[in-house]
Amino acid sequence: MTVMVQIKSLRKEFGPILAVDDVSFDVVRGEVLGFLGPNGAGKSTTMKMVTGFLAPTAGTAVVCGHDVKEEPIKAKAKIGYLPEGAPLYGDMTPEGLLKFIAEVRGIPRSKRKAAIELAAGRVQLEGVMRQPIETLSKGYKRRVGLAQAILHDPDVLILDEPTDGLDPNQKFEVRQLIHEMSGEKAIILSTHILEEVGAVCSRAIVISRGRIVADETPQDLETRSRHYNAVRVSVRGGAEKLVAELKRLERVSSVESLESANGVAECRVFPKPGASIVADVSQRLKDLNLQVDGLTVEPGRLDDVFRSLTKPSSQGGDA
Amino acid sequence: MKGLIAIIKRELAGYFITPVAYVFIVIFLAMSGVFTFNVGGYYERAQADLQPFFNFHPWMYLFLIPAISMRLWAEERRVGTIELLMTLPVSEWAIVAGKFIAAWLFAGIALALTVPMWITVNWLGDPDNGVIFASYIGSFLMAGAFLAIGACVSASTKSQVIAFVISVVICFLFLAAGMPAVTNFFSSWAPDIVIDTVTGFSFLTHFDAITNGVIDLRDLVFFVSLIVLALAANVVIIEMRKAA
Ligand SMILES: Nc1ncnc2c1ncn2[C@@H]1O[C@H](COP(=O)(O)OP(=O)(O)OP(=O)(O)O)[C@@H](O)[C@H]1O
Ligand SMILES: [Mg+2]
Repeated sequence: MTVMVQIKSLRKEFGPILAVDDVSFDVVRGEVLGFLGPNGAGKSTTMKMVTGFLAPTAGTAVVCGHDVKEEPIKAKAKIGYLPEGAPLYGDMTPEGLLKFIAEVRGIPRSKRKAAIELAAGRVQLEGVMRQPIETLSKGYKRRVGLAQAILHDPDVLILDEPTDGLDPNQKFEVRQLIHEMSGEKAIILSTHILEEVGAVCSRAIVISRGRIVADETPQDLETRSRHYNAVRVSVRGGAEKLVAELKRLERVSSVESLESANGVAECRVFPKPGASIVADVSQRLKDLNLQVDGLTVEPGRLDDVFRSLTKPSSQGGDA
Repeated sequence: MKGLIAIIKRELAGYFITPVAYVFIVIFLAMSGVFTFNVGGYYERAQADLQPFFNFHPWMYLFLIPAISMRLWAEERRVGTIELLMTLPVSEWAIVAGKFIAAWLFAGIALALTVPMWITVNWLGDPDNGVIFASYIGSFLMAGAFLAIGACVSASTKSQVIAFVISVVICFLFLAAGMPAVTNFFSSWAPDIVIDTVTGFSFLTHFDAITNGVIDLRDLVFFVSLIVLALAANVVIIEMRKAA
């Protein structure tokens, strides 16, 4: 495992605002790190410091062995960066912009054309290469931003909300692209789409008010959800006793009754932390002789975990 | 180095993608013509030279150069492209110099397009071409100094309008320092050294010296060091905003 990015006690103050507060983590080759957090949590600010756009108030980042403070040019050469909102020179065409980036990044003249074609192809830009960027739709602009980030086949990719503004097909394509590239690179991406984390990330970091509040795999994160391993039951008739009976089960922490209609009653049974209750529940239903309409084990809900980790009253890791 | 060249190329091409360049060049040429042949009393002077043309350059530049320089950084900051630019693997010096050189080349192109006037005076009479050549050099250097100041101002704001106004004011101070009104104001009470220092900072003093036909090393050094100084300040401003 090669460590590609080391983030060491990064801190950023904007006057009285503490935007990033002592953030540290490493990213290894092959890892896709999802950066989560509410608006204003400090995700973009952290990325801006790693990419050398902002100078940290304290701490530093090391990219492929190059400290962004000591050797900024070498570090920047290793990074492909999609800034938040994908800012681009509107009066240029995608082709012109990619040529410029290729030149600045020192891609040899003989390889430029191939590199541009490859990057443009990967984000399906072919049809708009000669159209001024300012006349492109938001999604296409985002794709141009992505193309410029992957143009030099960087070892480290830092993508600030890469799928924001893309249509569902493109979202899928971009996730596919990230997945394809992930073997060779270290990728850090921020997103507000929680399902994306489960879909592409091998690791998730949740940041809230400048501090890391969780750092684990998306699967582990899901298990923190109170919905994780909860069982959803719907029965016909006998709804009255259902809730009371299920509550009595030893490993059940609580039962929430959901709306009932047409004689069908539904409820959700939450397990005590770490417990699996589906066997107990179905046994009890059998004992009660209820006519079971449905019985499903629920997956964890990331939005649930996200909320409990980052809600203003929460002071940190315990959700 | 390859980064610097790529930036110069992109910036320079940028002037010609939009109508800005053409509008600027047309205004520049039209003003040059009007000032030289009408306001400057070219025909009345019955003398074949470009003195009136160059005499107006400082005043023309006062408004036209800030119009070029105002967008250099302010626009990048407003649109956010500065983030794209500053995360490319090139030094801050290369970016600052690249932007400046491209703008200077552009001003040079506009200036070069007035060469037909030079040809015209040669056709009408028998001017001192050495003086005219020196004046072109002086004018180009002065444009560079104005631009470097304007770039530096542009780097400190998001607003092109503010960049324009502040640049005009600062450039005006550099011009005014050599105007008789200012010199007289100081000469009534200040010691000579103060007057010499103030006028020594004036673009007019140095530019007039050059347009008289003598390219004195001191005048060249003045403009070149002013440019370098302003660009250094530009780099410092960029670094300060990074740490903000
Ligand atoms: N240039 C700046 N000057 C002052 N404060 C800033 C600046 N940039 C960011 N901040 C503040 O820093 C904090 C973190 O902002 P940041 O953009 O990193 O959040 P984020 O996690 O990316 O949020 P979002 O999900 O909305 O993109 C916010 O409180 C923001 O107001
Ligand atoms: Mg952000």
